[in-house]
Amino acid sequence: MSSTIPQPPTCNIELAERVLIGFLKSETQRIGMTKAVLGMSGGIDSALVLELAVRALGPENVLAIALPYRESDPLSLELAQQGASNAGCEFSVIDISPLADAYFEQHPQLANGETEAARLRRGNVFSRLRMTALYDQSAAVNGLVFGTSNKTELLLGYGTQHGDMASAINPIGDLYKSQVVALSRHLGVPSAIIDRPPSADLWQGQTDEEELGFSYDAIDALLHAMVEQRLNRDALVALNFTPEFIDLINLRVQRNQYKRRPPLIAKVTGRTINLDYRYARDWGT
Amino acid sequence: MNCRLAICQTNPKLGVVADNLQSHHQWLDRCLEQKADFALFPELSLTGYILRDLTSDVALALDSPQVSELVARSKDISLAFGFVEHSLDHRFYNSFVFAEDGVIKHVHRKVHLPDYGIFEEGRYFAAGNNFTTFESKHGRFGFLICEDAWHLSSAWLHFLQGADALLVPVASPSRGIETDGEHLASQKSWHELCAAQAKFLQTWVVRCNRVGYEDGVLFDGESAINAPTGEVVAAAHHSEEDLVVYELTSSALKRARVETPLRRNAHANLVRRQLAIIANDPDLSGLIDDE
Repeated sequence: MSSTIPQPPTCNIELAERVLIGFLKSETQRIGMTKAVLGMSGGIDSALVLELAVRALGPENVLAIALPYRESDPLSLELAQQGASNAGCEFSVIDISPLADAYFEQHPQLANGETEAARLRRGNVFSRLRMTALYDQSAAVNGLVFGTSNKTELLLGYGTQHGDMASAINPIGDLYKSQVVALSRHLGVPSAIIDRPPSADLWQGQTDEEELGFSYDAIDALLHAMVEQRLNRDALVALNFTPEFIDLINLRVQRNQYKRRPPLIAKVTGRTINLDYRYARDWGT
Repeated sequence: MNCRLAICQTNPKLGVVADNLQSHHQWLDRCLEQKADFALFPELSLTGYILRDLTSDVALALDSPQVSELVARSKDISLAFGFVEHSLDHRFYNSFVFAEDGVIKHVHRKVHLPDYGIFEEGRYFAAGNNFTTFESKHGRFGFLICEDAWHLSSAWLHFLQGADALLVPVASPSRGIETDGEHLASQKSWHELCAAQAKFLQTWVVRCNRVGYEDGVLFDGESAINAPTGEVVAAAHHSEEDLVVYELTSSALKRARVETPLRRNAHANLVRRQLAIIANDPDLSGLIDDE
């Protein structure tokens, strides 16, 4: 299938670099902040955001933090450190093992990831503990947590709500994975990070593409055709995407819409927050 | 016409009229230092763009102290700025004021209010109902506020009324990263649009865009002046505030219009007759959107 479907979306890397760096600078400094904190997974997304962050705020204003669990792939920590070293910013490690294990002790069904449900719950616990630590560290330095979720992940809902999806501002949330790769090469993210198979590293040996069941190139090509070009199912089939692939991705995008929105609020007044009480976040700046 | 025009490519604060008003004064001081005749600001220069429910809060009457304060500056320099106009019957317009010699000489209320994609203007603003060209001591001008310019009929109406220059204040959310070259896709469209309008309407086109981000949306500047040949003769930087001063001349208009007399041969009456026929044609009733 992948030989006949459209190519994944491209990206004008010079323009993307300029727009995203300007975004980080403006949206940080307009509220009187100068510093950023971000969680380094050892993967390409966080490595890219780090490169953008140091260009926007200066390496002295960026804190990269790896937050491993004791079962995390050691290569993740190594590459996180390599990414931070490449960007020239401060790097620290917060081991979330004692936090996670203390919780798991109280919930023995999570003590190991034997069932798929347990693995998923453990993964979400890790992700939310990392979020807790990152937000606390951002308060310690009076900085913002920069987000590292790309558009492909956000559309697929391939992330943990209030976990890795949580951030103050996100420079790459409108870039597909293929565009993240192109921009990462341009900005000099170490090739060991770029070439590593993408993984949430929630359990050993996990890779995104195996878990999703399709390659990122195929998913990006489909999402681009669905979202940017607004093609319907018939038009997508005509582009050689299989109906099964289209339906599965479409269902994922739809089912995960809740993750991309703030919680629903029961409307009882005439001006409900975000429905008919509508203000930009940058109000007054 | 002979007009030393200054494009003030500003970065307004969202919803903070007092700060933006102060900043307008500083820009006008700079324009005077540059010996400009006319200072042009971007769309909604006194308020910022993504106003949503702030629209009614930041609105100003034409005789408000803030508007009057800027109009008073026009004793020294002709000027045009954008704001939310609060009308006597409590409608809110995306308006532009032209002031000269201490008085308001013209007000344009944006006609085409985009309400698709990222835009919400149709939700908050009332629409203007005309494109009226006006005379100033520096030439004959017509306003097209942002989306107004994307409807080719708007510029053509100014063309028929003898505009020397189309003034195009803009707050354009930049988008489109899958593009070659140095401009975002939406910016590229602006460059093409203004070049074509200048060339085929044989007028100066002065586009004053803003800069800065609001809620992650970039306004990417690149304000420019197109000569009546379409050629860009002055351009502002992308992404940063910038002041560009350039002299618009009558001689350039004359050269273009002698070479290709498009205005003389516009056949406006033919268009008027045919518009009436089209508007009354029952077979076309679904295509004609009459407000």
